[in-house]
Amino acid sequence: METKSQTIKFNIQQLNTWYGNVQSIKDLTIQVYANEIFTIIGPANSGKSTFLNSLNRLNDLTPGFKLDGTILLDNVDIYKHHDVESLRKRVGIVFALPTPLPLSIFDNIAYGPRMHGITNKSTLMGIVEKSLIESYLWDEVKDRLHTSAFNLSGGQQQRLCISRILAVNPEVILFDEPTSGLDPISTAKVEEAMLIFKKKYTIILVTNNVAQASRVGDRTAFFLMGKLIEVGDTKKIFTAPHEKQTEDYITGKFG
Amino acid sequence: MKVQKRKIKEYLIEKTIFLSGITSIVIVVLIFIFLLKEGLTVFSSISPAQFLTGKNWYPISNPPQYGILPLIMGSVAVTLGAAILSIPVGIGSALYIAEIAPKKTREILKAGIELLAAIPSVVIGFIGMMTLGPLIKNIFHLSTGLTALSGSITLAFMAMPTIVSIAEDAITAVPKQYREAALSMGATRWQTTRRIVSHAARPGIIAALMLGIGRVIGETMAVMMVTGNAALIPHTILQPVRTLTATIAAEMGETVQGGSHYAALFAIGIVLFVITFAINGIADIYLHKNRHKA
Repeated sequence: METKSQTIKFNIQQLNTWYGNVQSIKDLTIQVYANEIFTIIGPANSGKSTFLNSLNRLNDLTPGFKLDGTILLDNVDIYKHHDVESLRKRVGIVFALPTPLPLSIFDNIAYGPRMHGITNKSTLMGIVEKSLIESYLWDEVKDRLHTSAFNLSGGQQQRLCISRILAVNPEVILFDEPTSGLDPISTAKVEEAMLIFKKKYTIILVTNNVAQASRVGDRTAFFLMGKLIEVGDTKKIFTAPHEKQTEDYITGKFG
Repeated sequence: MKVQKRKIKEYLIEKTIFLSGITSIVIVVLIFIFLLKEGLTVFSSISPAQFLTGKNWYPISNPPQYGILPLIMGSVAVTLGAAILSIPVGIGSALYIAEIAPKKTREILKAGIELLAAIPSVVIGFIGMMTLGPLIKNIFHLSTGLTALSGSITLAFMAMPTIVSIAEDAITAVPKQYREAALSMGATRWQTTRRIVSHAARPGIIAALMLGIGRVIGETMAVMMVTGNAALIPHTILQPVRTLTATIAAEMGETVQGGSHYAALFAIGIVLFVITFAINGIADIYLHKNRHKA
C-alpha cells in the first residue's frame, strides 16, 4: 500500500451471493481505496464478475440473484440507502465486449448526460469532446461524430464505451476484463488510459490477464471459487505471495 | 463419374430453388396483368379522373355512374380510425408483454393475442354487428349503429394481433447488452425502453404497424357487416360508409362478365392494389433509411 491513510471508497463486509441455490461469493470482506487501481484476478467461476456487478447493482436484473452482507460506498449502504439509478451514475462499468448502443458516436456519449437532464447542445458537445479526449479517441473520430458507432473497430468501440462512462462523471469505474477481446495495441491504449484515470477516479479491474494486473494494479486481490484468498500490494502479491494457491495461479500452475 | 453426378445434382437443386423463388413474383405480376386487362376497359366509357373523383357510385342506374370517391373515403375513414385505435394500444401492449410482464403473465397474454388472431373475420364482424352496432346507436342516438366508427373499432381488433405479435418479437430481439449498457449508466427502466429499446426495435415496430394497417385495408367480410355499406362520402365517423373491398365483394356476383360494371369493380381492385403497394413501399423506404443510419 502506498500510504496507510487512504480514504476507503468501497467497504464490503461479509458479502455472500447466490444464483438460485448456487453460492457465487462466500464471506467476502474487502476494502477499495479512493483513486487506486484495484485489480482482481482469479480463474473462471471465482466470483469476480459477480463481485463487480454487485457494486453497481447490475445483478438486480438477474432473476434468482440473492445477496447478503453490506456494501458501503462512501459509508452509505448501496442496497439499503441509495437510489439505484444515481448509484449506477456514480459507479460506471465497462464490459468485456464493447457494447456500443445502436446510435451515432455522438449520441452514444450524449446518451448518459441527456438522460440525466442535460439538453443544451453546446454543453453536450463540450461533454462529448472532453470524454473522447480523455479516452484518447477524439483524434480518430472527430470528423465522423454523427456516423454509426458500429463502424468503429473493436478497440475504438471499447474506448467509446469508456468515454460514455466518463460523460456521466462517475466516481468509480469498474472494468470487467475490458481488453479480453482487443489486440495488444488497443490493450496498451486502454491500460494507459486507466493509469491516467486513477488520478480522478477509483478503478476496479477484473482481469484474466495476470500480466495486466501486474502492469497497472496498485493492489491486487486473488479470488478462487467465490472466496478471497489473498489481497495486498500488487508488487508483493506478485513477488512474495502469502498463499501457495496465489503463487500457483500467478505462475500458471493452474487456472 | 461421381463428380459429374454431383454437379448435376447441384445444378438441379439450384434451379429448383430459383424456380420456387421467382414463382411468387411471376404470380404477382400475372395477377396485376389480369387486373389491368379486366379493369382498364372501364376507362373507355369514363376517364380515370372521373372514376377517382366522381362522387356518385350508381352502377345499376341508367346510364351507370362509376365515381369511387365515396368508396375511397369510406376505406380511408375506417382505416384511419382503426389505426388511431390500434396503434397506441398495440405498441403499448407489445411493450408491456416484452418488457414489463412477468414470465407467466407474458405467456398467458401471448396465447390470448394469438387466439384473437385466430378468430375468423366473419365471427368478429357478426359480434360487431350484434353488439357494437346497437351500442353505438344508443350512445349517439343514431338511426343506425352500423357506421364508420363501428368498422374502425371492429378492424382495430383485427389489426391488433398482427401489430402486437410482430412488434413484441422486434422488442424482444433487442440485444440484452443494449439494455445493460443503458441501465449501467444510470438510466431508469423507462428511459432505457424509450430511448434505446424502442429505437433499436423501430424497424420491426414500423413493419408491424404497416402489416396491421395492410390487414385493415384489405379486410372485407367484417367491414361489410358492420359499416352499413352506404356509398356516400362520410362527413362524420358516425355515418354509414362503404369501403372499396366491400363494394367488390358485394357486387361482383351481380355483374355480367365483361360488362362495364364488372370492369369497374376490377378497376377498384387496381386502386386497392396500388394503395397496398404504396404502403409497403413507404414502409420499405423507411426501414431501409433507418437501417443505414443505425
